Parts: sequence; structure tokens; C-alpha cells
Amino acid sequence: MPASAAVAATPQSTNADAAAVVIEDLDKRFGSVQALRGLSARIHYGRLTGLVGPDGAGKTTLMRILTGLLVPNAGRVTLAGYDVVQDNDAIHVASGYMPQRFGLYEDLSVMENMRLYAQLRGMDANRNTDLFDELLDFTRLGPFTKRLAGKLSGGMKQKLGLACALMARPKVLLLDEPGVGVDPVSRQDLWRMVQALTDEGMAVVWSTAYLDEAERCESVLLLNEGQLLFDGPPQKLTAQLEGRSFRMEDVGAERRAILTEALDLDSVSDGVIQGAGVRVVLREGAQTEQIQALADRAQVRLAPVPARFEDAFIDLLGGGPSGTSRLAERLPPVELGSDIAVSCRNLTKRFGDFTATDNVTFEVQKGEIFGLLGPNGAGKSTTFKMLCGLLKPTAGEAQVVGHDLRRATGAAKSRLGYMAQKFSLYGLLSVRQNLEFSAGVYQLEGQTRRERIEEMIDTFDLGGWLSAAPDSLPLGHKQRLALACALMHHPPVLFLDEPTSGVDPITRREFWTHINGLARKGVTIMVTTHFMDEAEYCDRVAMLSRARLIALDTPDTLKRAAASAERPDPTMEDAFIHLVESADQDDEANA
Amino acid sequence: MTATTPRKERDAAAATDMRRFDLQRLRALIYKESLQALRDPSTLLIAFVLPVVLLLLFAYAVSLDARNVRIGVVQESQGASAQALAAAFSATDYLDASFAHDRREVADKLVSGALRGYVVIPQDFEQRLALRGSEPLVQIVTDGSYPNTANYVENYAKGVVLSWRAGLDVGAPPQAVVLEPRYWFNAELESRRALVPGAIAIVMTIIGTMLTALVVAREWERGTMEAVLSTPASVAEILIGKLLPYFVLGMVSTLVSALLAIFVFDVPLRGSLAALLLLSAVFMVPALGQGLLISSLARNQFLAAQIALFSGFLPAFMLSGFLFEIDAMPTPIRTITLLVPARYFVDSLKTVFLAGDIWAVFMPNLLAMAVIGMVFFMLAKRATRKNLEG
Repeated sequence: MPASAAVAATPQSTNADAAAVVIEDLDKRFGSVQALRGLSARIHYGRLTGLVGPDGAGKTTLMRILTGLLVPNAGRVTLAGYDVVQDNDAIHVASGYMPQRFGLYEDLSVMENMRLYAQLRGMDANRNTDLFDELLDFTRLGPFTKRLAGKLSGGMKQKLGLACALMARPKVLLLDEPGVGVDPVSRQDLWRMVQALTDEGMAVVWSTAYLDEAERCESVLLLNEGQLLFDGPPQKLTAQLEGRSFRMEDVGAERRAILTEALDLDSVSDGVIQGAGVRVVLREGAQTEQIQALADRAQVRLAPVPARFEDAFIDLLGGGPSGTSRLAERLPPVELGSDIAVSCRNLTKRFGDFTATDNVTFEVQKGEIFGLLGPNGAGKSTTFKMLCGLLKPTAGEAQVVGHDLRRATGAAKSRLGYMAQKFSLYGLLSVRQNLEFSAGVYQLEGQTRRERIEEMIDTFDLGGWLSAAPDSLPLGHKQRLALACALMHHPPVLFLDEPTSGVDPITRREFWTHINGLARKGVTIMVTTHFMDEAEYCDRVAMLSRARLIALDTPDTLKRAAASAERPDPTMEDAFIHLVESADQDDEANA
Repeated sequence: MTATTPRKERDAAAATDMRRFDLQRLRALIYKESLQALRDPSTLLIAFVLPVVLLLLFAYAVSLDARNVRIGVVQESQGASAQALAAAFSATDYLDASFAHDRREVADKLVSGALRGYVVIPQDFEQRLALRGSEPLVQIVTDGSYPNTANYVENYAKGVVLSWRAGLDVGAPPQAVVLEPRYWFNAELESRRALVPGAIAIVMTIIGTMLTALVVAREWERGTMEAVLSTPASVAEILIGKLLPYFVLGMVSTLVSALLAIFVFDVPLRGSLAALLLLSAVFMVPALGQGLLISSLARNQFLAAQIALFSGFLPAFMLSGFLFEIDAMPTPIRTITLLVPARYFVDSLKTVFLAGDIWAVFMPNLLAMAVIGMVFFMLAKRATRKNLEG
């Protein structure tokens, strides 16, 4: 340890129950943007602390200040007793950091990356082979040491990142959104690893926008717009919501209409679809009369359910958006010649000798919300891209609204809307120019073109932003713009590729309000997602694993199949893990 | 945004930085960088294929125009002298003459680029020739969009006319015979000898400046810099770990280019190999320094490549005396060339290849390159901080 560290060591670091991180009145500005304001908090050893908040809340900024990569404008932060500004060098020894973006070298192998980080952290890579073995075992990366990091799946990359951050045993481990883009199986692995580390006394900070992850932390710091809204165990926050969460059971086909009505009630603060049911949260002090009346009218049972952290989070931020989608109100109902909107038969895609999609067959009904789920690298994206005409299948057939994707790709494409993960907006064009461009690509002309653009501006409330650049829009507006561009030609089928990745819960709810509205108008929605609560919105879910279709059913049926004695009411995530693991076991049994 | 740290503390931090310089970490970083360089086909392409292509280009393509330039000869006069002059044009190897009787025929060919110029032997050619003391009037029209070729055509045509006239009458004024166009004759060989050593400077600039700027910018772009900065590695270690492999790559590439120049393109190496390597090594200081400075300003590869192109590659190409004589440039431009490190390198290269180990030429050049390099490194050091601010 450097000499300067000894000087800086404060009495706190000798104290047995000292905090791992002490933040006092922290302020951070970027130009005119106040990223963090007046933040004070403590993070303790041996505990998993969640850093929770919507996109743009200041989570990454705080992480970077903790690792000494950014300098605060005011306030003081110490980590393991060292000041992050004055003892910057010591910070890098005491902390392990995993950035939000995969920060390892993709053109180096797993082992080469691990050796590099071991040596950078002052370890002799040749003498510490047992630590390497331990880490490889811990991360289950043992069989892949020679593989280039760029060729790993999303979940394996995160595990490698964790292994590298753990070299030389830091006292404080800082993980910036390690769960983004990682499937539930890999996420479970990450949780197991982090749990083991906190048991050894390490302080672990896990930043996340996933609220189910926050619920699993021992303590959370809830951030919104740079301010600390809550500091404590998540159960404490959830307890405030006790008695306000209800579920209308088995609503069935009418669930989307019921959700819209429920969200428009004064007494309801938030609501989501859960399989065939509708889950609602009442406003503080509100009575159950209104919601009970709605349940009676729909002739369904209203049952109280335990509050979730997400309920408390949304409530703290002032409740979710209203249930009516102005977009769907405007849209004409979709008329199709057939009831089948999208279908594929024996769809196969091979890249060289690697099979990405293997013999996949399914049909999607008109007006259905159809989810495509699976672990990283299971072939979701490949299948999805073949269905919207971006990739040519090696074998098999695919049809969209009766158009064969192999022969009439152009005709099929003109009947579908596509919204990509990263929104695919042109950063150098203004909002209006982006809308005009998409009207142009879909060959809208003259009067129709002007009307459509005005309609989209009005529906999505983009009037105030027309000359702004898309990147300067708040995330919610950016997403609305992307959706507006994809819907410009009123397509009967809409493809959404991880549309809400990295998007906060409030914006996601607004998005799903529109999607539900579209489905009620007969628009067919194809969606891939890593958010298991979003899978609940789907009518049916196709589960892919290792390029094959392993299950295709309603969310409720999939959940029931995963039920066991110790887990009578499994979540969608449990169902996912159960399905993938049993498919893997079948594979091994057959091999 | 700058953190207002008191000066004393900043100095103390710098001191710990130096103390914390760790050879093991540096070795790990160099090893990593070398693996990346060897695995990236574009690096190897730039370091080994590009020199060969550039040398080939400058050895052959650039001077090819010097033979068989297509011109037209318009014989408006049908007299015997005019015929003789026209025959003189077809006799030379350096011009490929085609004949016509009307200038309209050739004018179109000049516009379309089929001809690079034409000579008109006018109708009154014979009369003018008969008048003693008056020059025979011959019109030379050239394609000004190719200034070099135009110049060449003009001088050559003049030469042909003059030598024809000299042969015609012995009593002509002596200056007419003096204009001797032979300095062009050796041009091909001379330009290759001067261009090939200069091309080494271009290759080194590309490797030193462009490649270095790109690989550092790539680390920012891919987010790997953030992860490395969060480890105990210091800025000095990270940067030296980045530069050393490219220094070696540049030196190897110089050696390859020099061998090609000597054994394939017949350029003599009249000085010593040691001097050549010393000059190259010192030139790498400003080249790498500039690359580093660019990468500390531009954190994405596209921008870094653009800046490297405009501040490194183009000046090395145009303001170093490699293609265009510095002495022929207007004074303000000539002053600017003093800031271009490649200028000193090109001068030294030409000397070491064509003249020999003339230390009186090398010493000031070495000094200038070292000084410019130091300035770049100091600026780069100031611009790089061990955090993500700014």
C-alpha cells in the first residue's frame, strides 16, 4: 500500500463497525446539469447495498465518484477510510469496479484478461494459480479460458468482469448495472457470487434499474434526479405500502380493458398485467370501493397481495401513468384477411457450422402480444431478425400478413413496424426531421404524409420538442419518438426488440399502456425482452434455449408448470429458470 | 471542469505517481497491447503491407508520366520546313505525337484528356522562317489541369523546336542552342531515389501518429479505459504500455522499408544503417507524441483518425519536402514547415540514403525532432488525467 495511505487513514478505518463508504453532502454538476445534489449516505461492510433509481438518476455518476474516476464539486466521500480525491491511488487498491459497459478487452481471451487484471492489481499471476482456479470455479468460466472475451455471451461477460474486479480481493466491490442484458439464469449466478462475497465481509454495491433486484438487496439507496429518496432495507419501504396492493384474478381476455379502466380510477396509483390477472396499487389513504366495483362488474375476484418494492418505488415517484393510450384511440382498427398475422415453419439459420435457430415453428394470431424469451445467445435475436426480414433463413418458411419473407421481403416489410433496442433514431436530425424521414421511407406522400406526422406529434405530445435533437430528449420522449417512427405507416404487425432495455419503470409503464392499446385495436405485437414482468403482458410466450423452441404457452401455464412444493406460486423468472434448466438436463441425458 | 486542488497537493500526487511506477504492471500492459496489435489484422496491414504499397507507388507510379506523353501536332503549313519540324516531334521517345491538319481535331482530344497538349505549326510558318532574325512562330497549347505535365510538354516542345532550328541554321544566336532539356532525362531515376526514402517518413507518421491515436481512442470508445483507470495502474504506465509496442512496430517497419528500398528499388544507402535507425528512433518521439496528444483530445476513433490525417499525415505528405520542394514554397508556408517534424526526417533520410553520414545535417534535424516531440509529450501529459472528467 502506498505511503500516502497511512497518512490519510482516519480513525474511522480502525473502528470495527466502520462504514465502508461515507458520503457527505455530495454535489456533482456537468455543465448546467445537476447530476447529484446534497447526497449523504453510508454503505456498510458485509452487506449488499442496492443503488436503485430510474435512468438518469445519477447512479453511474455516484459509482464513478466512489471509484475516484470523477471529482465531486462539493462534499466529501471516503471509501475504506480513504478520501476519493486526496487518496485517489489508495482508492484504486481498495476498490474493485465493474463499469456498466463491458470494460474488458474483447480481443483477449478469458485467461489473458484475468492475468492482465491480476498483474495490474499487483498480483503475481504465476504464483496465484489457486486463486485463479477458485475464481474460474466461482464464475463457472473454467471451460472457456481460451475463448476470446468478445465471443462470450452477455452473462459470461459479466461474470468475467466480476472475476477481474475481484482480483487482489478489494474491500469494496462496485458493480454498475451488472444485470442489464443478462438473462435470469446468469443473473442467478451473479447473485450467488455476490452473496458469497458479502458473507466474507466485503461491501458490495449493486446499481440497478430492475426493481426485483433491488428487493433482494439487504439495503438500498433510492435515487431520483440526483437526490436520495430512501435509505434503508427495501422491506421497510415496502411495509409502508402494506394493504394497498390487490390482484384481480383470472380476468382473462378482458384484462387489458380492465387495466385501462383501473388505471383511470382516482383511487389507483399503479397497475400492471400479471398473466391473466391485473395487479393494482391503491393511492395512499384510498378505499377499495372503486376497484371492488370494477371487479364486481367484471365478475372476478379481488384478492389482497403482498406489496412489492416496485409498488413502493412507483408510489414514491408519484404513481404510474394513466391507462388510456391516445395513440390507440386514434388508430383505425386493423383489418386482415386472415387470423394469422405472423407464422414460421421449420425456421432454421446457420452461421457456418453454428446453428443459431434450429427448426422453429409457431403461429401468431392477429391482435396477439407474442413474447420471445430466452437466455443470452439462445437465438432470440436471430429468429426475430428473420421474421422481420433482416436476415435470410437457411431453411424453412416465414410469413408476415400472408407475405412470404423469402420471396416478397419488400411487401412484407411494408406491412410491419420495427423498433430496435437502441431506438435507431438519427442523432443529427431533429425530432421533426426524424418523423419526416420515417414517413418518407414508408412512401407516405402529400396530404397523408402531413396528416400522419401531425397525428404522431399530437398523439405522443412531441410538439414542444420538434427542433430538438433526439439525444437531448428525456428517455420517455425518446422512446415515444421511436415508437411514432415505427408506427408512421399504421402497420398491422409491430416488432419490438428489447424495447425497454435500460428504461426506468415509469417510462416502461407508459410504453406498455400504448402497446396494450395497440393490441386492443388488433395490432399484432412481437416482442423480445429480458424483463420477466414484461413477459406477463404477453398473451403467449415462446421460450428459446440453445437455438430450439423449448416451450410455447401463456405466462400462467408456464408459471404453473414450474410450481413445486417449496415454491407454490412461482414468478415468471422462476418459470424461466426452471424451463431452461430442465431443457439443459434433457440435452445432457440425451448426449 | 477542473477540480481546484491546491498546487502543493497536486505536486505531491505527481510525486506518488512517479514512486508508484511499477515494472510488473508496465510489462502486463505491454504484453496486452502486443497481443492486441498482433491479433488486429488492420495493425499488421498498416505496419507491413502499407509500406510496400507506398514504396511501390512512389518508386514507379509517380514518375511514369515522364515517357510517351501524348501530344498532337497540327500541320497547318504544308511546307518542307514544317514537315521537317513535324518529323522532329515524332522522332523523340518522350513525346508520342499524332498528326492533324486542323486544330479543331486535336482541341477536342485535349478537352477529353486523350492528349496532354498540342503544337500548332501555323500557315505562315515558312514565311516567318524565311525572314532572317525572326523566330518561327509555333503555338504550344497544354492541359493546365495537369500543371506538371503541362510544364513538361511545354519545355519538351520548346526543346524539340530549338534543336530542330539549331540543326537548321548554324548562324543562329547561341542562346537558342543553350536550352538543353536533358535535365528531364534522368528525372525518373532521380525522383525515385528522392521519393523512396521520403516514403519511409510517411509510413512512420502513419504508424506513429495515426495508429497510436486510433488505439488510445479505441480504449475510450470501447469502455476499456474506464476499467483500466479503476485499477492501481498509473497514467504513465498506461501510456508507456501503449507507446512502446508501437515504437517497436514503427522501427521494424522502417527496417522493412529500408531493405525494400535498397534491394528492390535500387536506392543506394550511402550512410550507415545505425544512423538510419537512430534518425528513425528520434523521429518516433514527435510522431508518437502527436498521436498521444490527439488521443487525449479525441475520444472516438473517427475523430482521432480525422485529426491525425489533417495534422499528421497531410503535412508529412505535402509540407515535409517529400513531394514538393520546401525552397519553392512561399515564405509563410515555408515558416509553417518548420513545425512539421517530418520535414527534418525527410531531409535526414535523403541525406543518409543519397549522400552519407553527414552529421552536420543530422544534428540540427535530430535536435529539432526531439524538441518538437518533447513539446507534444508535455502537452499530452497535461491533457491526460487519471479520471473521466472533461
